[in-house]
Amino acid sequence: MKEKTQVADIDRSLYDFRYDEDESSFLDCGITPEIIREISAEKGDPEWMTEFRLHSLEIYNRLKMPDWGPDISGLNIDNIVAYIRPKKGMQSDWNEVPDDIKETFEKLGIPQAERESLAGVGAQYDSELVYHNVRKEVAESGVVYTDLESAMHDERYAGMIKSHFMKLVPPTDHKFAALHGAVWSGGSFVYVPSGVKLEIPLQSYFRLNAKGAGQFEHTLIIVEDNAYLHFIEGCSAPKYYEASLHAGCVELYVGNNSTLRYSTIENWSKNMYNLNTKRAVVGENGKVEWVSGSFGSHVSYLYPMSILNGRKARAEFTGITFAGEGQNLDTGAKIVHNAPETSSYMNTRSISKSGGISTFRSAVTINENAVGSKSAVSCESLMLDSISRSDTIPSMVVKTDKADVGHEARIGRISDEAVFYLMSRGLDENAAKALIVSGFADNVSKELPLEYAVEMNNLINLEMKGSIG
Amino acid sequence: MSELLKITGLRVSAEEKEILHGVDLTINEGETHVIMGPNGAGKSTLGAAIMGSPEYTITGGSIIFDGADITGETPDKRARHRIFLSFQNPIEIPGITLSSFLRSAYEQVTGERVKLFEFKKVLGAAMDVLQMDKAYADRELNVGFSGGEKKKAEILQLLVLRPKLAILDETDSGLDVDAVKTVSAGIKAYKEQTGGSLLIITHNTKILEALTVDKTHIIADGRLAAEGGAELIDEVTENGFDKYIPRGAV
Repeated sequence: MKEKTQVADIDRSLYDFRYDEDESSFLDCGITPEIIREISAEKGDPEWMTEFRLHSLEIYNRLKMPDWGPDISGLNIDNIVAYIRPKKGMQSDWNEVPDDIKETFEKLGIPQAERESLAGVGAQYDSELVYHNVRKEVAESGVVYTDLESAMHDERYAGMIKSHFMKLVPPTDHKFAALHGAVWSGGSFVYVPSGVKLEIPLQSYFRLNAKGAGQFEHTLIIVEDNAYLHFIEGCSAPKYYEASLHAGCVELYVGNNSTLRYSTIENWSKNMYNLNTKRAVVGENGKVEWVSGSFGSHVSYLYPMSILNGRKARAEFTGITFAGEGQNLDTGAKIVHNAPETSSYMNTRSISKSGGISTFRSAVTINENAVGSKSAVSCESLMLDSISRSDTIPSMVVKTDKADVGHEARIGRISDEAVFYLMSRGLDENAAKALIVSGFADNVSKELPLEYAVEMNNLINLEMKGSIG
Repeated sequence: MSELLKITGLRVSAEEKEILHGVDLTINEGETHVIMGPNGAGKSTLGAAIMGSPEYTITGGSIIFDGADITGETPDKRARHRIFLSFQNPIEIPGITLSSFLRSAYEQVTGERVKLFEFKKVLGAAMDVLQMDKAYADRELNVGFSGGEKKKAEILQLLVLRPKLAILDETDSGLDVDAVKTVSAGIKAYKEQTGGSLLIITHNTKILEALTVDKTHIIADGRLAAEGGAELIDEVTENGFDKYIPRGAV
């Protein structure tokens, strides 16, 4: 299990000074270039970044809202500026955190200090120590792991960031990518030099908690040739923010003969609109492995994309989505085969219950030059009752006849016979169903580090309770 | 001997269609009963109804087990009364090993915690009886098991869970001669170790050879058509069920 440490006493006065800006600095609705300039100045951006933000804002104002997925009209876009300053959320009192979230923390066995931090109350705690230790070991291997803002000011990385930042996901990609470009804040920068194979996974968990960041965070990872990295984003405990929009961006550059594994377990609070963009580009004989668990949020649009640019590049996507009451989770993956002999494999599970909607969307493109490429997509859905929905929307564009593609989809309901079998061995109905759902999700838990797998199972058990019986 | 199971006037339906039309059956502690009958007569239905399968609705009569009326109880409660049903087609459950599943089932039915070390000893001994490779304990429950392996795994569960009444539904079907011997040895061991009662639903007499049968029941067309001792088994093996099938029922 993950180290969970208790802090005896939190000296709030240490942190209060960070938030004692007066309320008058709180800005009116609507994002203007002035506001962007102000944010940029406050963050001490280099000039090119200020320009980038302003340019993104122009694009944002030009682009239309997406009209092809779940309804996001409940998102008050005019008030977006209220979301930009997470400080507002971080200042919030533990007493204002909704009871159901507190309860979930408790059930997951997360200590009080950690809960408060996750809820955005802003306590710093012992995981900082853990984080520092990790950082020391990592630094010795030559790997750079820092926050993006400070990296931008470090002359060793400044140029690298300028030449990679939002080059994979340009602000023109879609409206929320543009918004991200304009208002992004916080996030991680990782650089793995050639030939370095990092054994321990890097976890943004520590960083995000320590910073209390997370809503418009930007993750930029550059893995040079012949290297290995496992990066773990997020954690299974729900993060609570008063503001309800998450528009993060992840850009991954995977060099020749390198592997990058990117794992996420996401459990945003259920008022959240999660409009996240993730993309990887993979060089010759390189590999990107996505492991993705989506449990939280009110609405999600999430389709990590892999662009296979080098010969024999590979992409693997393993995902699970669990949509409960009031949730509409539209998830999936995109793969672009852009070189010969590339291969991709997508393996996903979606679960819906209590009226939840889960949609699996896949898009595989095999370009003319990608001769001898292979792609296999397998998705399975499980509906736990008759009021829930599950859809599969696969798309395949194959521009060469020298490619091998396969798609397999299965949609099912939980089997009464399986429930009876387990109950006949003494398990009650909830336990029997939870066991079946965990088994269904097993393809993902197997891919996760043990402590995350345990937490995911706890999450499933939590989600199953209260819904049945 | 005291009564363990007493079924009176049991009527059972599936999807509005009545399958059992009033069945009486009493099993005393430590007895071995055999149920035989033609296909579709309702033998498996009886076993499933005793266990509380949601596939069937009990529309009349009662099931008393160990002094308690369990007619309306859920299967997990019946399991805690220590009834066990060996399935014809055990379900594959990925994501949990046979060993950890069986340990939690053991804790559920007995209501007692068991230390991992203690449990491994019990499990190991039961696997020896069935000549099962210990590696099966760490495999996912029934996943990728052959038909014979699944049946052995059911008997393994029987040996570990030590119920007061074990209902074995066609446990011998689809097994080769050696596997029947192993399974049969497992059933005998259960009997010797626990003194529990057995209700064996079968077509095949080989599985019964190692056991002492106290009573045989013939079910035909949803009714008890005949009852007798062990000699009835030989009788139907020789002459078939023809004379028990009501005229016009075929």
